[in-house]
Amino acid sequence: MPILQPIGRAFLGFLEVAGRLTVFAGTGVSHCVRPPIYPRLILRQMVEIGYYSLPVVGLTAIFTGMVLALQSYTGFARFSAESAIPNVVVVSITRELGPVLAGLMVTGRIAAAMAAEIGTMRVTEQIDALDTLATNPFKYLVAPRLIAGVTMLPILVLVADAIGVFGGYVVSIFKLGFNPGNYIKNTMDFVETMDVVSGLVKAGVFGFLITLMGCYHGYNSKGGAQGVGTATTNAVVSASMLIFCFNYFITEIFFAR
Amino acid sequence: MTETVPKIRMRGLCKAFGDKVVLDGLDLDVGQSESVVVIGGSGTGKSVMLKCILGLLHPEAGSIQVDGEEVVGLHGQDLERVRRKFGMLFQNAALFDSMPVWENVAFGLVQGQAMARNEAKEIALAKLAAVGLGMNVGELWPAELSGGMRKRVGLARAIATTPEIIFFDEPTTGLDPIMGDVINDLIVKCVRELGATALSITHDMASARKIADRIAMLYEGKIIWAGPTAEVDRSGNPYVEQFIHGNAEGPIEMEVRAL
Repeated sequence: MPILQPIGRAFLGFLEVAGRLTVFAGTGVSHCVRPPIYPRLILRQMVEIGYYSLPVVGLTAIFTGMVLALQSYTGFARFSAESAIPNVVVVSITRELGPVLAGLMVTGRIAAAMAAEIGTMRVTEQIDALDTLATNPFKYLVAPRLIAGVTMLPILVLVADAIGVFGGYVVSIFKLGFNPGNYIKNTMDFVETMDVVSGLVKAGVFGFLITLMGCYHGYNSKGGAQGVGTATTNAVVSASMLIFCFNYFITEIFFAR
Repeated sequence: MTETVPKIRMRGLCKAFGDKVVLDGLDLDVGQSESVVVIGGSGTGKSVMLKCILGLLHPEAGSIQVDGEEVVGLHGQDLERVRRKFGMLFQNAALFDSMPVWENVAFGLVQGQAMARNEAKEIALAKLAAVGLGMNVGELWPAELSGGMRKRVGLARAIATTPEIIFFDEPTTGLDPIMGDVINDLIVKCVRELGATALSITHDMASARKIADRIAMLYEGKIIWAGPTAEVDRSGNPYVEQFIHGNAEGPIEMEVRAL
């Protein structure tokens, strides 16, 4: 059976990784809720993930909002539907573009940095040193990052939502000649709580996935500088893929009726 | 019980990575307050043995007893309790580069024993002084230290929690002979002051002769010879003879593949 063998092997390999990842995630989460908890480390990670990502996420959001208004205009003007622009901008940003683009930008910054840092600690025996000093690496390294990721991403996305809508507003008012009062009224009338909430739920899940991938690949890296490089790449790629995948399923849970 | 319980007792320890068998029925006892040095070539599983005792790796078979307590298969709180007995100096010191030197030394006190930071800092600076490093070194970062200083900081960190057992993983590798001897002297001094049990692994015979009460040789996953340091030169064991004289010719064949 030379055809079935590689398929079976690949499938078993996939199951092995999925199982190992699930155990890793479960262990990480269980250490988030069991003492001792390290507030200083959580705070440091929160600043790293939340505060230092603001410029990147803000710039991404403003240009996305701006281009969204411009593109919708060129399309909608053909059948005189320009008045729908505020609605399109706010719904696209809050439901999809805010969380996904913020998630991807944070992946580039954070998942890579975490995988590189923890991976270097692994290959230089610093993680073994933690163990010998009676400190659980999951508690000390993984849990603070997971907590910071899950709490900071929704805040970042909320900021991104506001900035993105503002980007659409700027282009509509100053370039497309909209009335400012009407634009804001249309936006506020159209957007529903569920649009924003679904985006924030996505953000929380993405925050978990990003930090989990960074920690998992870093923790399991081996073989020196090259291994750390591979771990960093894998962390970014797998976190991005998981964001797109979970984005679809969360959307389905919220809106498919 | 007629005989005293050894501090560490290993019996029939086996560990393999895939097809590669690293430890193959290793037996070794380390007595109370004894300093045992395990010698052996690179890649013979010396580090793996230490990591098995610490529970960082899980042996496939065999038993490891610390103070008569079986430690293979321990996890969670029990494992942490046993690990508190140990201090370890890693081969490349494995200092945490995200914190200054004094926090590295104080780490086991602050995290492991929940000591106040001020108090832990004082002890850390005292331990740094004990390995010949001044107050100002405490504020430096690990990346700013030379190899010899890193080893000394690693030693200070290993002894900071006054452990009962200290492991030294190739303590002199990568150092010049003089600095190597300084480290050897420090190890002997620290171990004696703490009254600790020491288990070291090295392939540096000068270091082994200096810090060992007893020397054991690891070859192909087994202890093939063990005896007091003074007897290592008349072991009558061809493997040991070859190793301590560093001959390329002999019963130990290096796996060198011709190109």
